[in-house]
Amino acid sequence: MSGVQLKFVRKTYPNGAEAIRGVDMDIKSGEMIVFVGPSGCGKSTLLRMVAGLESISGGDISIGDRVINDVSPSERDVAMVFQNYALYPHMSVRGNMSYGLKNRKLDKAEIEKRVNEAAKMLKIDQFLDRQPNQLSGGQRQRVAMGRAIVRNPQVFLFDEPLSNLDAKLRVQMRIEIKRLQRRMNVTSIYVTHDQTEAMTLADRLAVINDGLVEQMGAPMELYSNPKTLFVASFIGAPQINLIPVTFDGKTLNNGSLKLAGFKDLPENTDLVLGVRPDVMTQTTKGQLDMRVDLVEQHGGENLVYGALQGAVNDEGEELEICLKGDKALLPDLDAALRLSFDPATAFVFRKNTGERLL
Amino acid sequence: MKRVQYEHSPIPYLFVAPQIIIIVIFFLWPAAQAVYQSFLLEDAFGLSSQFVWFRNYSDTILSGAWLQAAWFTMIFSFLVTFLSLGLALLLAVKANEVIQGASTYKTLLMWAYAIAPPVAGLMGNLMFNPLIGDLYGFMNAVGFDFDHKLDPVDAGFVVVLISVWKQVSVNFIFFLSGLQGIPKSVQEAALMDCKSSFRRFWTITFPLLAPTTFFLMVINITYAFFETFGIIDTTTQGAPGGATTTLVFKVFQDGFRGADIGGSSAQSVVLMLLVLALTVIQFRFIEKKVHY
Repeated sequence: MSGVQLKFVRKTYPNGAEAIRGVDMDIKSGEMIVFVGPSGCGKSTLLRMVAGLESISGGDISIGDRVINDVSPSERDVAMVFQNYALYPHMSVRGNMSYGLKNRKLDKAEIEKRVNEAAKMLKIDQFLDRQPNQLSGGQRQRVAMGRAIVRNPQVFLFDEPLSNLDAKLRVQMRIEIKRLQRRMNVTSIYVTHDQTEAMTLADRLAVINDGLVEQMGAPMELYSNPKTLFVASFIGAPQINLIPVTFDGKTLNNGSLKLAGFKDLPENTDLVLGVRPDVMTQTTKGQLDMRVDLVEQHGGENLVYGALQGAVNDEGEELEICLKGDKALLPDLDAALRLSFDPATAFVFRKNTGERLL
Repeated sequence: MKRVQYEHSPIPYLFVAPQIIIIVIFFLWPAAQAVYQSFLLEDAFGLSSQFVWFRNYSDTILSGAWLQAAWFTMIFSFLVTFLSLGLALLLAVKANEVIQGASTYKTLLMWAYAIAPPVAGLMGNLMFNPLIGDLYGFMNAVGFDFDHKLDPVDAGFVVVLISVWKQVSVNFIFFLSGLQGIPKSVQEAALMDCKSSFRRFWTITFPLLAPTTFFLMVINITYAFFETFGIIDTTTQGAPGGATTTLVFKVFQDGFRGADIGGSSAQSVVLMLLVLALTVIQFRFIEKKVHY
């Protein structure tokens, strides 16, 4: 087993577009890293550069101690699971799984053994002689994983492997992938835009934005201690409430809204206050007033959406906020709720740079 | 289980009627005529005819000229099909890898598609003209004792070359679209599974192109059998000594030049049966190996 090191990795396309603008990362052996970010942020490109499907414009990628910049994809000792499975349609499940091994000139008995083991592990052993088009989406995904497992690689690469599955199967496969990765203890890089997937799978999470790693760390670290406005807004579902404010030396202000309990902030600068939906509680004495316009019942918990009173967003319109409560929290529509939160649990960001101040 | 039944209406038949009428007038009727004529012996002016049973057939199949034409047609069709498919596949694979100026390459390679076989034949005829033909001069300049007017192999070379050149562009278009229909991620998965690009081509790309290849093979054999008539008629006209006479050209020669309507009808019936048998073989045995 070995880790993966990225040293100031860059990707520039011939037309001058910069997809990756200098990424440094040290992935330890056996670790599961998730790249998460909005579409077009470069997360897939970065993964494909590790796989060898995209060339590297600058910097070094190494697996173990070996720099692999100019090593062909088949010799990097990595295996990849693709979003749309990418199974060979003209080969049986067995053929799909053994193809890479045959090309590596393994002997027949060894191939047979590895394929059978992987198939048993993934519960696809009864499908080994079927063609891919005779399998369901979930089964195809398993075959794709089996094809990666039999290779016994140093690194697994997952490129949004679950996005073609339905919601229920996705949760199930997510758990299975995590379990499998734990059991095999293989260094893995997993790309997704789904933040729930990211939070639940990752040992460490890299939030990527515009070709750069905004922050990297354990999922809960990123959730409770985001370095930037982008990370705060990307991690966490439902999304963090963001309220544009300014500081006058005593309070954070937006329209008639005045919030005390903050200090050491620059004055006359546009700031953004971030309050997670789950740190607010409904009380009679609070700092925020909300007019309820929607309640989402999720079973165990309820999400209450409404307009923050007295404040406006950047466009001068009503500012929508969200409150997370238990299933007993079921206010009427248009009811007025008073909410309180501990200023110590809130974040304050500088608006133009996104840098966290508090 | 109860099946859904829709009310029948005559309108669908009306819609397919033009097609059916065309097939009846231009295919079934002449075919029936040919079968009828093949049993008759007619004088050169068409004034009298007599029923001769299978004599036209036995005359045809037993004649050395017909056997020679049949043999040449087999070799010719195999060469034209194999070479034009192989060449087109090679060009399509290479053109598919080109990134800069790709559309220019593709357009240039498709260009010959617009040329009718007789025109291709005329162009070839000029290029192989012993007095002004560049290719004729070239072949002799590089040391071949090239004379397609006298040497059967040289004549065969000329018609195969022109027929292949004419057909490559059609095959190229189909192969290129077939290649572009192979999912990119499958190719990438293969890239990670197999280092050798040669092996990757034969184990992944080529099997996935099989439906295209099979379709083109059927089309190309038909082309070589029938459509190359125009090329042969404008170049060698079957010469020297019938060495480049295909079965179709012989039907034309015996019927329209030789005025032997009965004999040429018998030949065309045999030809029809041959092509039918060939098509059945293709679908029975080769299509089984095709993965759609």
